[in-house]
Amino acid sequence: MGGYIIKRVASAIITIFAVATITFFLMFLVPGGPFLAEKAPTPQTIEALEKKYGLDQPVVVQYANYMKRLIFKLDLGTSLKKRGQEINDIIRVRFPVSARLGAISVCTAICLGIPLGSIAALNREKWLDRTIMAISTVGNAIPSFVVATVLMYVCGVVLRILPTFGLTSPAHYILPVISLSFYPTAYISRLTRTSMLDVLGQDYMRTAKAKGLSQFKSLFKHALRNAVLPVVTYLGPLLAFIMTGNFVVERIFTIPGLGSEFISSITDRDYPLIMGTTIFLATLLIILNVFVDIAYKIIDPRIKLK
Amino acid sequence: MDDKRNPLSFQLDVSDFLPAEESEKQSLVVMRESVNFWKDGFRRLKKNKVAMISLVVIILIMIFAFVLPSFYPYSYEQQIRGSENLGLLQYSEDELARRAAGEKVFPHFLGTDSLGRDTTIRIMMGSRISLLVGLIASAIILIIGSTYGAISGYFGGKIDMIMMRIVDIIYTIPDILIIILLSVTLKYPLKDLAANVKGFAWIDIVGVGLISIFIVFSLLYWVGMSRIVRGQILSLKEQDYVIAAKALGASSGRIIRKHLLTNTIGTLIVTTTLQIPSAIFTESFLSFIGLGVSAPMPSLGSMASQALNGIRSYPHRLMAPAIMISIIILSFNLLGDGLRDAFDPKLKD
Repeated sequence: MGGYIIKRVASAIITIFAVATITFFLMFLVPGGPFLAEKAPTPQTIEALEKKYGLDQPVVVQYANYMKRLIFKLDLGTSLKKRGQEINDIIRVRFPVSARLGAISVCTAICLGIPLGSIAALNREKWLDRTIMAISTVGNAIPSFVVATVLMYVCGVVLRILPTFGLTSPAHYILPVISLSFYPTAYISRLTRTSMLDVLGQDYMRTAKAKGLSQFKSLFKHALRNAVLPVVTYLGPLLAFIMTGNFVVERIFTIPGLGSEFISSITDRDYPLIMGTTIFLATLLIILNVFVDIAYKIIDPRIKLK
Repeated sequence: MDDKRNPLSFQLDVSDFLPAEESEKQSLVVMRESVNFWKDGFRRLKKNKVAMISLVVIILIMIFAFVLPSFYPYSYEQQIRGSENLGLLQYSEDELARRAAGEKVFPHFLGTDSLGRDTTIRIMMGSRISLLVGLIASAIILIIGSTYGAISGYFGGKIDMIMMRIVDIIYTIPDILIIILLSVTLKYPLKDLAANVKGFAWIDIVGVGLISIFIVFSLLYWVGMSRIVRGQILSLKEQDYVIAAKALGASSGRIIRKHLLTNTIGTLIVTTTLQIPSAIFTESFLSFIGLGVSAPMPSLGSMASQALNGIRSYPHRLMAPAIMISIIILSFNLLGDGLRDAFDPKLKD
């Protein structure tokens, strides 16, 4: 176990390092450096600024400085368009909003997807199963921005029953959470149904029935426990999906989270902010994935630990 | 007379030795043709109604996206003055006057946008972009992923270990972030390339956003494919025909190409088809956040994004691309599932 964790953490560190390096060198592809704004500053100003931020030094030195700042101070730099704002501060303010929305959506997807999938499997080939599977097939094909915009139009513009702007009250969460969790719910219910059908056909289920275990008990103690294992493997992609979904959903519902900040930084071409947010989100995702992988190994004893 | 014969008698029955008649001969001929891999798969696919319907839908969408635009009276970047912001099947005053004068005016089925561009043709061109991205991206994934996976699986040992560690690392890189980063940063170098180096002018036409999507797909997305191919090759290379080929002096390249990859063809088809919708997904997402194709070229994602501003007055401008993109992804998903059931039953989860 310890060996596996060390291996997994080591590869995560390499990946984070790789992402940070890619990010740094991609920054160099942008001509004129970070100070080329619409109102072109005088050459003297640029020179002074470059000196201040160490941009007049060779690439290797800059790279070393950048990495040093990143690793030892966790400093992501300063925003270009929002003068004087530290990217760390922007993330500190914006990220909790996105994280809350994301966490609620992940919980919703899991809490809806697993029961729906199990119900479908238990009612195999009946109308309930068919309905759930039809909805989940369609749900698997609709991008979150489509769900979000259509929901916004139907619930916010036509019916006027739900707020579509900001995130100030619990009611404000409803539409964004539905948009974010629609696809993962559909995916999880499909996943659960397949593995549940597999589990229900196993010998130990027959044994449980034969020894007189109540249906409720055999379902929860034996079937569900084994059936949710594939869902745990899906947690990694799910987190990535929620993060990407956050970008568009926050933009559509005007939520002041890190996602909408990221999108507007792309539109504004605020390179340091784009880079900083990328590194932050990538690191977050990689770390979460390490946790998911380790959790999976702990939960499923059948997988040999190398 | 024969009836009275003892059934256990060893006396021969002469009638058994008469020459067979033509009808008797026919009955012994095995009528069924030999069924090869493809026929077997297609037979199973044809039985799958859902998959066949999605195939028909995909073909219809392809006609809609690739053939119809050449016959359509409007073009995607044409701004018709006076026809801005028309609703479904509406005509502008100018067009109404021309109709009154007896002239035939082609209707705007889905109206026009704020610049007076016909929405129907823009949906067609947007679908074309989506399909192209899906097909080209999955072709790239197929080539890189299968080659990499086959080499890793065939040679095994240290080579396999190193190659698979690289795959593991790439697998954990958050791809969407890198795509965004590349689309943002590659813009200027690619534009420079298009403007200054001869033979690269096509970059401007295809659009920097699309090219960075392709670059990222070829850098990151093939890892899933390579893992699947490697797994298959690992078990296939133990087969006797591989040993036979080796004994006959076939080179490693030939064995991989002629013996191993051809035997994984079912998996390759299925995995490639299932890559198409995910590539389309990614493209529409990027266009939606403003990084996909360059204007005036439309994309379903960017059309939906632009429609957001006028959602109160012109909901159809949002619904049309939204429905289109969902239908495209849905039919490719269903076709992929059908292909998996038909050609590669083992892959079914």
